[in-house]
Amino acid sequence: MAFKVYTDKFMKYRFLLRELVIKRIKLQYRSSVLGVLWTFLQPLLTMIVLTFVFSMVFGKNSAAVVNYPVFLLSGRLLYDFYSQSTKRAMKSIRGNASIIKKVYVPKYIYPLSVVLSTFVTFIISLSVLAIVIAFFNIIKKDPVPVTPAMFFIIVPIIILFVMCLGIGMLLATLDVFFKDVENIYDVFCTLLFYGTPIVYTIDKLNFGADSWQVNLLKINPLYGIIDMFRAAILHGDEFMAFLDINSLIYCSVFAVVMLIAGIGLFYKFQDKFILHI
Amino acid sequence: MLFRLNRERVDNAKEYVIRMLTRKLHYTEFWALKDVSFKVEKGDRVGVMGFNGAGKSTLLKTIAGVLKPTMGNVKVTGTIAPMLELGAGFDPNYSGAENIYLYGATMGFSRKFIDEKYNEIVEFSELKEFINAPLKSYSSGMKSRLGFAIATAVKPDVLILDEVLSVGDAAFKEKSEQRILDMIEDGVTVLYVSHSTDRIRKLCNKAVILTKGQLVASGEVGEICDMYTEMVNSK
Repeated sequence: MAFKVYTDKFMKYRFLLRELVIKRIKLQYRSSVLGVLWTFLQPLLTMIVLTFVFSMVFGKNSAAVVNYPVFLLSGRLLYDFYSQSTKRAMKSIRGNASIIKKVYVPKYIYPLSVVLSTFVTFIISLSVLAIVIAFFNIIKKDPVPVTPAMFFIIVPIIILFVMCLGIGMLLATLDVFFKDVENIYDVFCTLLFYGTPIVYTIDKLNFGADSWQVNLLKINPLYGIIDMFRAAILHGDEFMAFLDINSLIYCSVFAVVMLIAGIGLFYKFQDKFILHI
Repeated sequence: MLFRLNRERVDNAKEYVIRMLTRKLHYTEFWALKDVSFKVEKGDRVGVMGFNGAGKSTLLKTIAGVLKPTMGNVKVTGTIAPMLELGAGFDPNYSGAENIYLYGATMGFSRKFIDEKYNEIVEFSELKEFINAPLKSYSSGMKSRLGFAIATAVKPDVLILDEVLSVGDAAFKEKSEQRILDMIEDGVTVLYVSHSTDRIRKLCNKAVILTKGQLVASGEVGEICDMYTEMVNSK
Protein backbone atom coordinates (compact mmCIF):
# COMPACT_ATOMS: atom_id res chain seq x y z
CA MET A 1 0.00 0.00 0.00
CA ALA A 2 2.79 2.37 0.92
CA PHE A 3 4.24 1.85 -2.51
CA LYS A 4 1.05 3.05 -4.11
CA VAL A 5 1.26 6.31 -2.16
CA TYR A 6 4.65 6.95 -3.73
CA THR A 7 3.59 6.13 -7.25
CA ASP A 8 0.48 8.29 -6.86
CA LYS A 9 2.61 11.18 -5.71
CA PHE A 10 5.00 10.67 -8.55
CA MET A 11 2.13 10.71 -11.01
CA LYS A 12 0.82 13.90 -9.48
CA TYR A 13 4.18 15.63 -9.73
CA ARG A 14 5.46 14.18 -13.00
CA PHE A 15 4.35 17.33 -14.79
CA LEU A 16 6.57 19.32 -12.42
CA LEU A 17 9.45 16.99 -13.21
CA ARG A 18 8.88 17.55 -16.91
CA GLU A 19 8.64 21.32 -16.46
CA LEU A 20 11.87 21.43 -14.47
CA VAL A 21 13.77 19.34 -17.01
CA ILE A 22 12.57 21.52 -19.88
CA LYS A 23 13.22 24.72 -17.96
CA ARG A 24 16.82 23.83 -17.34
CA ILE A 25 17.45 23.06 -21.01
CA LYS A 26 15.54 26.10 -22.25
CA LEU A 27 17.21 28.56 -19.93
CA GLN A 28 20.69 27.19 -20.38
CA TYR A 29 21.14 28.85 -23.71
CA ARG A 30 18.34 31.40 -23.76
CA SER A 31 20.46 34.53 -23.64
CA SER A 32 23.27 33.27 -25.86
CA VAL A 33 23.35 34.14 -29.56
CA LEU A 34 24.15 30.64 -30.77
CA GLY A 35 21.68 29.05 -28.38
CA VAL A 36 21.42 25.30 -28.46
CA LEU A 37 24.31 25.11 -30.95
CA TRP A 38 26.60 25.39 -27.94
CA THR A 39 25.62 21.86 -26.97
CA PHE A 40 27.52 20.76 -30.07
CA LEU A 41 30.17 23.43 -30.26
CA GLN A 42 31.39 23.22 -26.71
CA PRO A 43 32.48 19.54 -26.77
CA LEU A 44 33.73 19.89 -30.34
CA LEU A 45 35.98 22.83 -29.53
CA THR A 46 37.22 21.20 -26.33
CA MET A 47 38.02 18.09 -28.31
CA ILE A 48 40.02 20.08 -30.85
CA VAL A 49 41.98 21.85 -28.12
CA LEU A 50 42.67 18.64 -26.19
CA THR A 51 43.56 16.72 -29.34
CA PHE A 52 45.95 19.43 -30.34
CA VAL A 53 47.62 19.45 -26.92
CA PHE A 54 47.65 15.76 -26.11
CA SER A 55 48.13 14.07 -29.45
CA MET A 56 51.73 15.20 -29.28
CA VAL A 57 52.17 13.53 -25.91
CA PHE A 58 50.01 10.42 -25.79
CA GLY A 59 47.85 8.21 -27.91
CA LYS A 60 48.54 8.03 -31.59
CA ASN A 61 50.38 4.75 -31.91
CA SER A 62 48.57 2.86 -29.24
CA ALA A 63 46.58 -0.10 -30.52
CA ALA A 64 43.73 0.74 -28.22
CA VAL A 65 43.18 4.17 -29.67
CA VAL A 66 42.42 3.74 -33.42
CA ASN A 67 41.44 7.36 -33.75
CA TYR A 68 42.64 9.76 -31.09
CA PRO A 69 40.03 12.56 -31.48
CA VAL A 70 37.19 10.01 -31.30
CA PHE A 71 38.88 8.24 -28.39
CA LEU A 72 39.22 11.52 -26.55
CA LEU A 73 35.79 12.88 -27.35
CA SER A 74 33.99 9.73 -26.22
CA GLY A 75 35.78 9.77 -22.86
CA ARG A 76 35.30 13.48 -22.45
CA LEU A 77 31.54 13.43 -23.19
CA LEU A 78 30.93 10.71 -20.62
CA TYR A 79 33.08 12.43 -18.04
CA ASP A 80 31.29 15.74 -18.66
CA PHE A 81 27.93 14.14 -18.12
CA TYR A 82 29.14 12.56 -14.92
CA SER A 83 30.69 15.69 -13.44
CA GLN A 84 27.98 18.12 -14.54
CA SER A 85 25.04 16.00 -13.46
CA THR A 86 26.48 15.12 -10.05
CA LYS A 87 27.62 18.68 -9.36
CA ARG A 88 24.24 20.10 -10.28
CA ALA A 89 22.36 17.45 -8.34
CA MET A 90 24.56 18.19 -5.33
CA LYS A 91 23.41 21.81 -5.32
CA SER A 92 19.81 21.11 -6.29
CA ILE A 93 18.33 20.99 -2.78
CA ARG A 94 20.11 24.08 -1.52
CA GLY A 95 19.40 25.88 -4.78
CA ASN A 96 15.68 25.33 -4.44
CA ALA A 97 15.56 26.11 -0.73
CA SER A 98 13.10 28.96 -1.22
CA ILE A 99 10.55 26.61 -2.76
CA ILE A 100 11.13 23.67 -0.44
CA LYS A 101 10.58 25.93 2.56
CA LYS A 102 7.23 27.14 1.35
CA VAL A 103 5.47 24.52 -0.69
CA TYR A 104 5.22 20.80 -0.29
CA VAL A 105 7.00 19.15 -3.19
CA PRO A 106 8.52 15.67 -3.22
CA LYS A 107 12.14 16.67 -2.74
CA TYR A 108 13.73 14.01 -4.92
CA ILE A 109 12.17 15.79 -7.90
CA TYR A 110 15.02 18.31 -7.79
CA PRO A 111 18.09 16.05 -8.04
CA LEU A 112 16.21 13.79 -10.45
CA SER A 113 15.26 16.68 -12.73
CA VAL A 114 18.80 18.05 -13.01
CA VAL A 115 20.28 14.64 -13.74
CA LEU A 116 17.60 14.13 -16.39
CA SER A 117 18.11 17.52 -18.02
CA THR A 118 21.88 17.04 -18.11
CA PHE A 119 21.23 13.63 -19.59
CA VAL A 120 19.15 15.12 -22.40
CA THR A 121 21.91 17.58 -23.31
CA PHE A 122 24.40 14.71 -23.13
CA ILE A 123 22.37 12.63 -25.56
CA ILE A 124 22.14 15.60 -27.94
CA SER A 125 25.88 16.17 -27.68
CA LEU A 126 26.51 12.53 -28.67
CA SER A 127 25.64 13.58 -32.21
CA VAL A 128 28.92 15.50 -32.22
CA LEU A 129 30.61 12.14 -31.88
CA ALA A 130 28.69 10.85 -34.89
CA ILE A 131 29.71 13.90 -36.90
CA VAL A 132 33.37 13.51 -35.97
CA ILE A 133 33.31 9.81 -36.88
CA ALA A 134 31.65 10.63 -40.22
CA PHE A 135 34.27 13.29 -40.85
CA PHE A 136 37.19 10.90 -40.36
CA ASN A 137 35.49 8.26 -42.48
CA ILE A 138 35.02 10.73 -45.30
CA ILE A 139 38.59 12.02 -45.29
CA LYS A 140 39.74 8.37 -44.89
CA LYS A 141 42.30 9.17 -42.23
CA ASP A 142 42.11 6.82 -39.21
CA PRO A 143 38.59 5.72 -40.21
CA VAL A 144 36.30 4.31 -37.55
CA PRO A 145 34.27 1.41 -38.95
CA VAL A 146 30.55 1.75 -38.36
CA THR A 147 29.30 -1.55 -36.97
CA PRO A 148 26.21 -2.94 -35.22
CA ALA A 149 28.29 -3.18 -32.03
CA MET A 150 27.87 0.57 -31.70
CA PHE A 151 24.37 -0.03 -30.37
CA PHE A 152 26.01 -1.48 -27.31
CA ILE A 153 26.82 2.05 -26.09
CA ILE A 154 23.34 2.07 -24.61
CA VAL A 155 24.56 -0.28 -21.84
CA PRO A 156 27.35 1.93 -20.45
CA ILE A 157 25.07 4.95 -20.84
CA ILE A 158 22.36 3.37 -18.69
CA ILE A 159 24.91 2.29 -16.08
CA LEU A 160 26.33 5.81 -16.03
CA PHE A 161 22.89 7.35 -15.63
CA VAL A 162 22.03 5.14 -12.67
CA MET A 163 25.39 5.87 -11.06
CA CYS A 164 25.04 9.64 -11.55
CA LEU A 165 21.56 9.68 -10.06
CA GLY A 166 22.69 7.69 -7.03
CA ILE A 167 25.80 9.75 -6.41
CA GLY A 168 23.84 12.94 -7.10
CA MET A 169 21.28 12.15 -4.43
CA LEU A 170 24.01 11.16 -2.01
CA LEU A 171 25.83 14.45 -2.58
CA ALA A 172 22.61 16.48 -2.41
CA THR A 173 21.91 15.04 1.04
CA LEU A 174 25.45 15.64 2.27
CA ASP A 175 25.49 19.16 0.87
CA VAL A 176 22.44 20.15 2.90
CA PHE A 177 24.28 19.39 6.11
CA PHE A 178 27.84 20.25 5.11
CA LYS A 179 28.37 22.86 2.49
CA ASP A 180 32.08 21.94 2.36
CA VAL A 181 31.12 19.04 0.15
CA GLU A 182 30.87 21.46 -2.77
CA ASN A 183 34.49 22.51 -2.48
CA ILE A 184 35.81 19.03 -1.86
CA TYR A 185 33.85 17.61 -4.74
CA ASP A 186 35.15 20.20 -7.19
CA VAL A 187 38.69 19.12 -6.41
CA PHE A 188 37.67 15.49 -6.52
CA CYS A 189 36.26 15.95 -10.03
CA THR A 190 39.53 17.44 -11.25
CA LEU A 191 41.36 14.48 -9.78
CA LEU A 192 38.86 12.16 -11.41
CA PHE A 193 39.41 13.77 -14.80
CA TYR A 194 43.10 13.01 -14.72
CA GLY A 195 42.65 9.76 -12.82
CA THR A 196 40.42 8.39 -15.55
CA PRO A 197 42.02 7.43 -18.84
CA ILE A 198 40.31 10.14 -20.87
CA VAL A 199 43.24 11.85 -22.55
CA TYR A 200 45.58 8.88 -22.23
CA THR A 201 45.41 5.09 -22.29
CA ILE A 202 46.36 2.82 -19.44
CA ASP A 203 48.97 0.88 -21.43
CA LYS A 204 50.81 4.11 -22.18
CA LEU A 205 51.53 4.58 -18.49
CA ASN A 206 54.46 2.10 -18.34
CA PHE A 207 53.37 0.63 -15.05
CA GLY A 208 52.93 -2.95 -16.25
CA ALA A 209 49.61 -4.63 -16.77
CA ASP A 210 49.09 -5.81 -13.20
CA SER A 211 50.83 -3.13 -11.17
CA TRP A 212 49.00 -1.57 -8.23
CA GLN A 213 48.78 1.74 -10.05
CA VAL A 214 46.85 0.19 -12.90
CA ASN A 215 44.60 -1.72 -10.53
CA LEU A 216 43.93 1.49 -8.66
CA LEU A 217 42.84 3.16 -11.88
CA LYS A 218 40.61 0.22 -12.68
CA ILE A 219 38.74 0.51 -9.38
CA ASN A 220 37.32 3.73 -10.73
CA PRO A 221 33.98 2.67 -12.22
CA LEU A 222 33.98 5.62 -14.60
CA TYR A 223 36.97 4.00 -16.27
CA GLY A 224 35.09 0.77 -16.82
CA ILE A 225 32.11 2.64 -18.24
CA ILE A 226 34.22 4.75 -20.62
CA ASP A 227 36.19 1.67 -21.64
CA MET A 228 33.03 -0.20 -22.54
CA PHE A 229 31.72 2.76 -24.47
CA ARG A 230 34.96 3.02 -26.42
CA ALA A 231 35.04 -0.70 -27.10
CA ALA A 232 31.67 -0.38 -28.81
CA ILE A 233 32.58 2.75 -30.77
CA LEU A 234 36.18 2.08 -31.74
CA HIS A 235 36.45 -1.70 -31.87
CA GLY A 236 33.19 -2.78 -33.40
CA ASP A 237 34.92 -5.48 -35.49
CA GLU A 238 36.41 -7.35 -32.58
CA PHE A 239 34.08 -5.99 -29.97
CA MET A 240 33.87 -9.16 -27.87
CA ALA A 241 37.64 -9.22 -27.50
CA PHE A 242 37.66 -5.71 -26.13
CA LEU A 243 34.65 -6.02 -23.89
CA ASP A 244 35.61 -6.78 -20.30
CA ILE A 245 32.76 -8.76 -18.75
CA ASN A 246 34.14 -8.47 -15.22
CA SER A 247 34.26 -4.74 -15.57
CA LEU A 248 30.69 -4.70 -16.90
CA ILE A 249 29.49 -6.57 -13.83
CA TYR A 250 31.58 -4.45 -11.48
CA CYS A 251 30.27 -1.17 -12.93
CA SER A 252 26.64 -2.31 -12.91
CA VAL A 253 26.86 -3.46 -9.31
CA PHE A 254 28.61 -0.25 -8.29
CA ALA A 255 25.95 1.89 -10.00
CA VAL A 256 23.07 0.01 -8.38
CA VAL A 257 24.72 0.17 -4.95
CA MET A 258 25.19 3.92 -5.38
CA LEU A 259 21.56 4.34 -6.37
CA ILE A 260 20.32 2.38 -3.38
CA ALA A 261 22.67 4.25 -1.05
CA GLY A 262 21.68 7.60 -2.56
CA ILE A 263 17.96 6.98 -2.33
CA GLY A 264 18.31 5.48 1.15
CA LEU A 265 20.29 8.35 2.59
CA PHE A 266 18.11 10.94 0.90
CA TYR A 267 14.94 9.29 2.13
CA LYS A 268 16.25 9.01 5.65
CA PHE A 269 17.21 12.66 6.00
CA GLN A 270 14.78 14.47 3.71
CA ASP A 271 12.50 15.62 6.51
CA LYS A 272 15.45 17.33 8.16
CA PHE A 273 16.51 19.25 5.04
CA ILE A 274 14.19 22.11 5.79
CA LEU A 275 15.84 22.78 9.13
CA HIS A 276 19.23 23.25 7.50
CA ILE A 277 18.66 25.04 4.22
CA MET B 1 7.39 20.57 16.21
CA LEU B 2 10.79 20.48 17.84
CA PHE B 3 13.58 22.64 16.63
CA ARG B 4 17.12 22.23 17.76
CA LEU B 5 18.52 25.68 18.16
CA ASN B 6 22.23 25.66 17.81
CA ARG B 7 23.88 28.42 19.74
CA GLU B 8 26.05 28.83 16.73
CA ARG B 9 25.18 27.51 13.36
CA VAL B 10 27.45 24.65 12.41
CA ASP B 11 27.27 23.87 8.75
CA ASN B 12 30.71 22.81 7.78
CA ALA B 13 32.34 19.50 8.38
CA LYS B 14 35.49 20.77 10.04
CA GLU B 15 33.64 22.62 12.76
CA TYR B 16 31.31 19.71 13.21
CA VAL B 17 34.13 17.24 13.76
CA ILE B 18 36.04 19.58 16.04
CA ARG B 19 32.99 20.23 18.12
CA MET B 20 32.09 16.60 18.26
CA LEU B 21 35.57 15.72 19.47
CA THR B 22 35.64 18.48 22.04
CA ARG B 23 32.02 17.79 22.93
CA LYS B 24 30.98 21.31 22.25
CA LEU B 25 28.08 20.49 20.05
CA HIS B 26 25.56 22.32 22.16
CA TYR B 27 22.08 23.07 21.24
CA THR B 28 19.06 24.07 23.16
CA GLU B 29 15.80 22.50 22.30
CA PHE B 30 12.93 24.67 21.38
CA TRP B 31 9.42 23.55 20.80
CA ALA B 32 7.87 25.80 18.18
CA LEU B 33 4.62 23.93 18.70
CA LYS B 34 3.78 21.56 21.47
CA ASP B 35 0.62 19.69 22.39
CA VAL B 36 -1.37 21.49 19.78
CA SER B 37 -4.37 19.39 19.08
CA PHE B 38 -7.57 20.44 17.43
CA LYS B 39 -10.05 19.29 14.90
CA VAL B 40 -11.53 21.24 12.05
CA GLU B 41 -14.78 20.11 10.49
CA LYS B 42 -15.53 20.42 6.82
CA GLY B 43 -16.72 23.91 6.00
CA ASP B 44 -15.27 25.47 9.16
CA ARG B 45 -13.33 28.67 8.81
CA VAL B 46 -10.76 28.81 11.54
CA GLY B 47 -8.86 31.97 12.39
CA VAL B 48 -5.43 31.45 13.93
CA MET B 49 -4.26 34.24 16.21
CA GLY B 50 -1.18 34.79 18.33
CA PHE B 51 1.73 37.12 18.86
CA ASN B 52 4.84 37.08 16.70
CA GLY B 53 6.74 33.84 17.14
CA ALA B 54 3.79 32.04 18.66
CA GLY B 55 4.03 29.33 16.03
CA LYS B 56 1.25 30.32 13.66
CA SER B 57 3.22 29.93 10.48
CA THR B 58 4.85 26.75 11.77
CA LEU B 59 1.39 25.36 12.36
CA LEU B 60 0.23 26.17 8.87
CA LYS B 61 3.42 24.82 7.33
CA THR B 62 3.01 21.61 9.27
CA ILE B 63 -0.56 21.25 8.06
CA ALA B 64 0.50 22.03 4.50
CA GLY B 65 3.11 19.24 4.67
CA VAL B 66 6.14 21.49 4.32
CA LEU B 67 7.31 20.58 7.82
CA LYS B 68 6.96 17.14 9.26
CA PRO B 69 5.94 17.07 12.93
CA THR B 70 8.57 15.75 15.34
CA MET B 71 5.84 13.91 17.15
CA GLY B 72 2.20 13.35 16.50
CA ASN B 73 0.51 13.70 13.19
CA VAL B 74 -1.58 15.85 10.95
CA LYS B 75 -4.43 14.31 9.11
CA VAL B 76 -6.03 16.04 6.18
CA THR B 77 -8.73 14.68 3.93
CA GLY B 78 -9.14 16.35 0.58
CA THR B 79 -6.89 18.65 -1.37
CA ILE B 80 -5.07 21.52 0.30
CA ALA B 81 -4.24 24.79 -1.39
CA PRO B 82 -1.53 26.38 0.71
CA MET B 83 -1.12 30.05 0.03
CA LEU B 84 1.72 30.63 2.42
CA GLU B 85 3.82 32.67 0.10
CA LEU B 86 2.72 33.44 -3.39
CA GLY B 87 5.18 32.95 -6.16
CA ALA B 88 7.56 30.49 -4.51
CA GLY B 89 8.64 28.54 -7.54
CA PHE B 90 8.59 31.39 -10.02
CA ASP B 91 11.65 31.60 -12.21
CA PRO B 92 12.71 35.19 -12.99
CA ASN B 93 14.11 34.24 -16.40
CA TYR B 94 10.89 32.66 -17.51
CA SER B 95 8.06 34.64 -19.06
CA GLY B 96 4.76 35.09 -17.25
CA ALA B 97 3.14 32.45 -19.43
CA GLU B 98 5.88 29.90 -18.77
CA ASN B 99 5.70 30.68 -15.08
CA ILE B 100 2.00 29.88 -15.02
CA TYR B 101 2.88 26.33 -16.01
CA LEU B 102 5.93 26.13 -13.77
CA TYR B 103 4.19 27.45 -10.66
CA GLY B 104 1.10 25.41 -11.39
CA ALA B 105 3.29 22.31 -11.61
CA THR B 106 4.93 23.21 -8.29
CA MET B 107 1.48 23.35 -6.75
CA GLY B 108 0.90 19.85 -8.09
CA PHE B 109 -1.50 20.75 -10.91
CA SER B 110 -1.56 18.66 -14.06
CA ARG B 111 -0.77 20.03 -17.48
CA LYS B 112 -4.32 19.50 -18.62
CA PHE B 113 -5.68 21.45 -15.69
CA ILE B 114 -3.40 24.41 -16.38
CA ASP B 115 -4.28 24.34 -20.07
CA GLU B 116 -7.93 24.63 -19.11
CA LYS B 117 -7.40 27.40 -16.61
CA TYR B 118 -4.76 29.33 -18.51
CA ASN B 119 -7.04 32.02 -19.95
CA GLU B 120 -8.85 32.47 -16.67
CA ILE B 121 -5.54 32.95 -14.85
CA VAL B 122 -4.26 35.50 -17.34
CA GLU B 123 -7.51 37.39 -17.24
CA PHE B 124 -7.78 37.42 -13.47
CA SER B 125 -4.21 38.62 -13.03
CA GLU B 126 -4.81 41.45 -15.55
CA LEU B 127 -1.43 40.79 -17.15
CA LYS B 128 -2.48 40.04 -20.69
CA GLU B 129 -0.10 42.51 -22.36
CA PHE B 130 2.87 41.44 -20.28
CA ILE B 131 2.33 37.71 -20.19
CA ASN B 132 5.20 36.99 -22.59
CA ALA B 133 7.66 39.33 -20.90
CA PRO B 134 10.20 37.78 -18.54
CA LEU B 135 9.13 37.72 -14.93
CA LYS B 136 12.18 39.67 -13.83
CA SER B 137 10.71 42.73 -15.52
CA TYR B 138 7.51 42.49 -13.44
CA SER B 139 6.84 44.69 -10.44
CA SER B 140 6.32 42.92 -7.14
CA GLY B 141 2.61 43.73 -7.30
CA MET B 142 2.34 42.09 -10.71
CA LYS B 143 4.15 39.02 -9.45
CA SER B 144 1.85 38.55 -6.51
CA ARG B 145 -1.20 39.13 -8.70
CA LEU B 146 -0.02 36.35 -10.99
CA GLY B 147 0.78 34.14 -8.01
CA PHE B 148 -2.63 34.69 -6.49
CA ALA B 149 -4.39 34.00 -9.78
CA ILE B 150 -2.56 30.67 -10.21
CA ALA B 151 -2.89 29.55 -6.62
CA THR B 152 -6.63 30.18 -6.56
CA ALA B 153 -7.32 28.63 -9.95
CA VAL B 154 -7.95 25.36 -8.18
CA LYS B 155 -11.05 24.69 -6.10
CA PRO B 156 -9.52 23.13 -3.03
CA ASP B 157 -11.16 21.40 -0.07
CA VAL B 158 -8.90 23.16 2.40
CA LEU B 159 -7.52 26.64 1.91
CA ILE B 160 -4.59 27.84 3.98
CA LEU B 161 -4.17 31.60 4.07
CA ASP B 162 -1.30 33.44 5.68
CA GLU B 163 -2.34 37.08 5.37
CA VAL B 164 -2.17 36.98 1.61
CA LEU B 165 -5.43 38.75 1.12
CA SER B 166 -3.59 42.02 0.76
CA VAL B 167 -2.38 41.61 -2.79
CA GLY B 168 -1.87 44.39 -5.31
CA ASP B 169 -3.72 47.67 -5.46
CA ALA B 170 -7.11 48.47 -3.93
CA ALA B 171 -9.09 47.26 -6.91
CA PHE B 172 -7.27 43.96 -7.09
CA LYS B 173 -7.50 43.55 -3.34
CA GLU B 174 -11.26 43.73 -3.56
CA LYS B 175 -11.30 41.28 -6.44
CA SER B 176 -9.07 38.78 -4.63
CA GLU B 177 -11.08 39.07 -1.45
CA GLN B 178 -14.22 38.41 -3.43
CA ARG B 179 -12.66 35.28 -4.85
CA ILE B 180 -11.86 34.00 -1.36
CA LEU B 181 -15.40 34.81 -0.23
CA ASP B 182 -16.78 32.90 -3.22
CA MET B 183 -14.74 29.90 -2.21
CA ILE B 184 -16.06 30.14 1.34
CA GLU B 185 -19.56 30.25 -0.02
CA ASP B 186 -18.83 27.03 -1.87
CA GLY B 187 -18.08 25.42 1.47
CA VAL B 188 -14.30 25.33 1.48
CA THR B 189 -12.55 24.76 4.80
CA VAL B 190 -10.29 27.68 5.69
CA LEU B 191 -7.35 28.15 8.00
CA TYR B 192 -6.56 31.80 8.23
CA VAL B 193 -3.71 33.49 10.07
CA SER B 194 -4.09 37.12 10.90
CA HIS B 195 -3.37 39.69 13.55
CA SER B 196 -6.50 41.54 12.74
CA THR B 197 -9.51 40.45 14.80
CA ASP B 198 -11.75 42.41 12.46
CA ARG B 199 -10.76 40.30 9.50
CA ILE B 200 -11.06 37.11 11.46
CA ARG B 201 -14.54 38.05 12.67
CA LYS B 202 -15.48 38.79 9.09
CA LEU B 203 -14.10 35.61 7.52
CA CYS B 204 -14.18 32.93 10.18
CA ASN B 205 -16.68 31.13 12.33
CA LYS B 206 -14.15 29.62 14.71
CA ALA B 207 -10.81 30.72 16.09
CA VAL B 208 -7.81 29.52 18.07
CA ILE B 209 -5.10 31.36 19.99
CA LEU B 210 -1.52 30.19 20.11
CA THR B 211 0.94 31.38 22.73
CA LYS B 212 4.54 30.22 22.72
CA GLY B 213 3.70 27.18 20.70
CA GLN B 214 0.75 26.09 22.76
CA LEU B 215 -2.90 26.17 22.08
CA VAL B 216 -4.42 28.34 24.80
CA ALA B 217 -7.94 28.78 23.55
CA SER B 218 -10.26 27.59 20.85
CA GLY B 219 -13.92 28.05 20.21
CA GLU B 220 -16.48 30.32 18.58
CA VAL B 221 -14.99 33.27 16.77
CA GLY B 222 -16.72 35.98 18.85
CA GLU B 223 -15.54 34.95 22.28
CA ILE B 224 -12.02 34.02 21.13
CA CYS B 225 -11.59 37.37 19.42
CA ASP B 226 -12.71 39.17 22.58
CA MET B 227 -10.23 37.10 24.55
CA TYR B 228 -7.44 37.94 22.12
CA THR B 229 -8.22 41.66 22.27
CA GLU B 230 -8.00 41.42 26.05
CA MET B 231 -4.64 39.62 25.78
CA VAL B 232 -3.31 42.33 23.50
CA ASN B 233 -4.50 45.08 25.81
CA SER B 234 -3.10 43.50 28.95
CA LYS B 235 0.32 42.98 27.38
